[in-house]
Amino acid sequence: MRKLYSALKYASIAALMISLVALMAVVAYVLINGVEKLSLNFVFGEYHPDAPTLLPALIGTLELVAIAAIIAVPIGVASAVFLVEYTRNKGTLVKIIQVATETLAGIPSIVYGLFGYLIFVVAFGWGYSIIGGGITLAIMILPTIVRSTQESLLSVQEGLREGAYALGTSKVRTIFKIVLPSAAGGIVTAVILAIGRVISESAVLILTIGMVVNKVPESLMAPGTSLALDIYYFANHGRPDEAAAAAVVLLVLVVLLNLLAGWVGKLIKKSTYGEAK
Amino acid sequence: MNEFIGSMNIIAKSCNLYYGDFHALKDVNIDIPEKEITALIGPSGCGKSTFLKIFNRMNDLVEGCRIEGEFRIGGVDIFDKGTDVNLLRKNVGMVFQKPNPFPMSIYDNIAFAPRTFGITKKSELDDIVEGSLRRASIWDEVKDRLRKNALGMSGGQQQRLCIARSLAASPKVLLMDEPTSALDPISTGKIEELMDELKKDLTIVIVTHNMQQATRIADKTAFFLLGELVEYGNTDDIFTSPRDERTERYITGRFG
Amino acid sequence: MRGVFLFSAVFSIIALVTITVFLFASGVPFIAKTGFTKFLFGSDWIPLADTPSYGIFPMIVASLYVTALSVVIGIGIGLFTAIALYRFCPRRLVAPIRQMINLLAGIPSVIYGLFGMTVIVPFIRDYISPSGVGYGILSASLVLGVMILPTIVSVSLDALTGVPNTYYEGALALGASKEQATFKIMLPAAKSGMLAGVVLAIGRAIGETMAVIMVIGGSPEMPESLFQSVRTLTANIAMGAMESSGDTLAALIATGVVLFVFTLILNISFSVLKRDKSDKHTEKKRKWGTKK
Repeated sequence: MRKLYSALKYASIAALMISLVALMAVVAYVLINGVEKLSLNFVFGEYHPDAPTLLPALIGTLELVAIAAIIAVPIGVASAVFLVEYTRNKGTLVKIIQVATETLAGIPSIVYGLFGYLIFVVAFGWGYSIIGGGITLAIMILPTIVRSTQESLLSVQEGLREGAYALGTSKVRTIFKIVLPSAAGGIVTAVILAIGRVISESAVLILTIGMVVNKVPESLMAPGTSLALDIYYFANHGRPDEAAAAAVVLLVLVVLLNLLAGWVGKLIKKSTYGEAK
Repeated sequence: MNEFIGSMNIIAKSCNLYYGDFHALKDVNIDIPEKEITALIGPSGCGKSTFLKIFNRMNDLVEGCRIEGEFRIGGVDIFDKGTDVNLLRKNVGMVFQKPNPFPMSIYDNIAFAPRTFGITKKSELDDIVEGSLRRASIWDEVKDRLRKNALGMSGGQQQRLCIARSLAASPKVLLMDEPTSALDPISTGKIEELMDELKKDLTIVIVTHNMQQATRIADKTAFFLLGELVEYGNTDDIFTSPRDERTERYITGRFG
Repeated sequence: MRGVFLFSAVFSIIALVTITVFLFASGVPFIAKTGFTKFLFGSDWIPLADTPSYGIFPMIVASLYVTALSVVIGIGIGLFTAIALYRFCPRRLVAPIRQMINLLAGIPSVIYGLFGMTVIVPFIRDYISPSGVGYGILSASLVLGVMILPTIVSVSLDALTGVPNTYYEGALALGASKEQATFKIMLPAAKSGMLAGVVLAIGRAIGETMAVIMVIGGSPEMPESLFQSVRTLTANIAMGAMESSGDTLAALIATGVVLFVFTLILNISFSVLKRDKSDKHTEKKRKWGTKK
C-alpha cells in the first residue's frame, strides 16, 4: 500500500511540473513570437493595410472599459449596499436577487454576446457599435462587482456602523461616510479585476462590436475592435506574429491590472486604517 | 418635533422587551436622576445592556426586537412619532464596549457628529474638536497629531476619543456599555476620573461587570437578573445593605 | 435613497429576465417549429440549402466530448498539482507558485486560442493525428484543459487548506505515512470543495468560445474521431451569427437557448453543492442582528 501512495506522490509532483510547463509555454510562446513584432508604431501608429497597428483596438478597448465601468460600478456597488446594509442578506427578494446574480455569473460569454447582438444590433437597430458591446460587458461583469462589494461590506466591522448611528447619523450618511470608505480598498480591487475581465473578453464582442480592426471608431455608436478581438482577427487572417504581439500587449495589461488591483487595494486600506492594520 | 430641553432624568415604566419569543426584559420600572452616574450591574445575559440600548433606540436595528412600555428622557417620549431618532441619539450619546473609532483622522472622528448636524465652518469645528478632546482629557496627548489616523492610538486613548466623539454632539445623556472592560487598569482609571468630571453636566448610565467600578463611580446602582430589575437604589445601600437576597448573593460573589 | 439601492439590486433580476426573454422568445418558437427532436437530435446542419435543415446534435456531441475530455485533462493534472502544492512542495515555493498560477488564471482565453492554433494544432497535425488534421476535439480539449488548470488548482488548494490540520496530525499519530494521510484523509475531507471546483471547470469548458473556435475547425459534422474538424455549441453561435438572418439566426439563438439551459443546470448543481457550506459561512460573518 505504501508504494501506491508514494507513486501518487510522484504523480502529483509530475502534475505540478506539467502544469507549470504548460502554462509557462503559453506565456513564453506569446513573448518569444510577439516581442519581435512589437514597436511603438505597431502599438500606437496609424493603421495601414500592409502594416496593421493596434491603435483602433487600444481606443476601442479603452472605450469599452469606460462604458462597462460607468454602468456596472455604480449599479453593482449600490446593489451590494442594498443587499448588505438594507436587508442584512435576508428575505425572499434578497434570495431572488442572489439567485439572479449567481445565474448571471454563470452564463457563458457567447450567450451574452448573442443577447447583445439581439438587443443592440438588431432590436435597437444600432448595428455593431462600441456602446452596445460596452453595455453587454457591463451586464457581464455586474455579478462579480456585486459579489466582491458584498464581501467588502460584510468585512466592515459592525462597531463602526453602531458608532455612527449612536451619534445620530442617518443610515444614508453612515453608508456614504463610514461604510463605503471603510470598504473602499476591497471595492476598488474588485473593480480593477472586473476591468481585467473586460479587456480579456472577446466572445461577447465578436457578436456586438463588429471587429472593424482598421479604423479608430469615430463615435461610441460606431463599430470597432478591441485588443482581444485583434488577436483573433490577426490569427485568423494569416498574421500570427501580429496576433502574438497584440497578445503581449494584452498580457502585459492584464498582469499590470492584477498587480495594480492588489497594490491599490492595500494602499487604500492603509490610508483608511492607518499603519495600525 | 420633540426637543430635549430641561432636566434630563430618565424614566422607564412597565418596560417589556422581546427578541422574537424570548422575553428579555420583564416589567422594568426605573427613574434615573439627572447629572448622576447610575450603574447597571448583573450577570451576563441579564438584560442590562439591552436595557441601556433602549434609551438611544439602538435596539431598533435589531431584527425581531419588540419593546413595550413608556420611556421618557427629560420628559420626552422617546418612542413618540414626533421624536426624531437621529436627534434622540445626538442628545443621548453612547460609548461601546469595544472602542470603535472611525477609520479616519482624530480630527475627523470628533468633527463627524457636528458635521452630520450641519456645522461646516472650520473655526467652529476647530473649537468643538478642541473642547471635546479637552473634556475627554485627551487633548494634551493628541493635540499634535489631530490629522493622524485614529486607529494608530492605544486602546485606552481610542476609548477616550470615542467619548470625546460623543461629547462633540453635545449630548445631555451618556450611555456607556462596559466602556472599560477591554482596557488596562490605568486607562480604566482615567476614564473613571473623566466620568466623575462629566457628570457635572451629563446624566450618565453605565453598564459594568466590575462591581468595584460601580462602587467607585456610581451614585445609584441597579441590579438586573434574568431580565428583571431586582433592586435599585443608592450605590452605598445596594452594596452595604441590599434588601433582596439575590442582590446580596450576587454582590458577595456567590453567583454570576 | 433606499429606492436607488433597491433599483440597482433589482437590476440583476431585470437583466436576467431580459436576457432569458430575448433568447427564449426567438429561440423556443423556432425549436417548436423545427420540432424539438429534430432540432436537438437531428444530425444535419445545412442552413443554406434550398430545404434547410437545423439539427444541432453534432454540436451537442462535440461540446460534450470537448468538455469531458478537457475536464479530465484539467482535473487530472489540476488536482494532483494542488496536492503537490499542498504537501509535496518546498514550503517557500508554494506562495510564489500559487501567485503565479493566479496570474495565469487571468490570461485571456483568446491567447490560449492563439497558442492552440499556432502551436498545438500544427503539432498534432504533424506528429499525432492519423488523418493529418490538426483541428478537432483533441486540440480543443488540450487547450481548454490547460486553460481551466489554474481555476482547478486554486479551488482545490483552497478546499485542501480548508481541512483542519488536526485530521492530518491525527492520521500521522496513528502511524500513517505522510502520503497515506494526504491521500486517504485530507483528500476525501476536501471532497465537496473540490467537487465545486470541478463543476466550475465544467461550466467554463462548456461555455468557452474563443479558445475553441480557433482550434476546433468548425465543420458541423458528427464527431467520429478526435482529429476531425467539428463544431461545438458555442462555436456554432460565434461562427454563424455574424452572417445570419431569418431562420438561420433563429436557429443560432435556439442553440444559445440550449447552451443557456445546459449552464443553468450546471449552476443549479453548483449552488446546491455550495449551499450548506456557504450558509454557515455567512452566519459566522454576519453577527449584525443576532440576539445577545
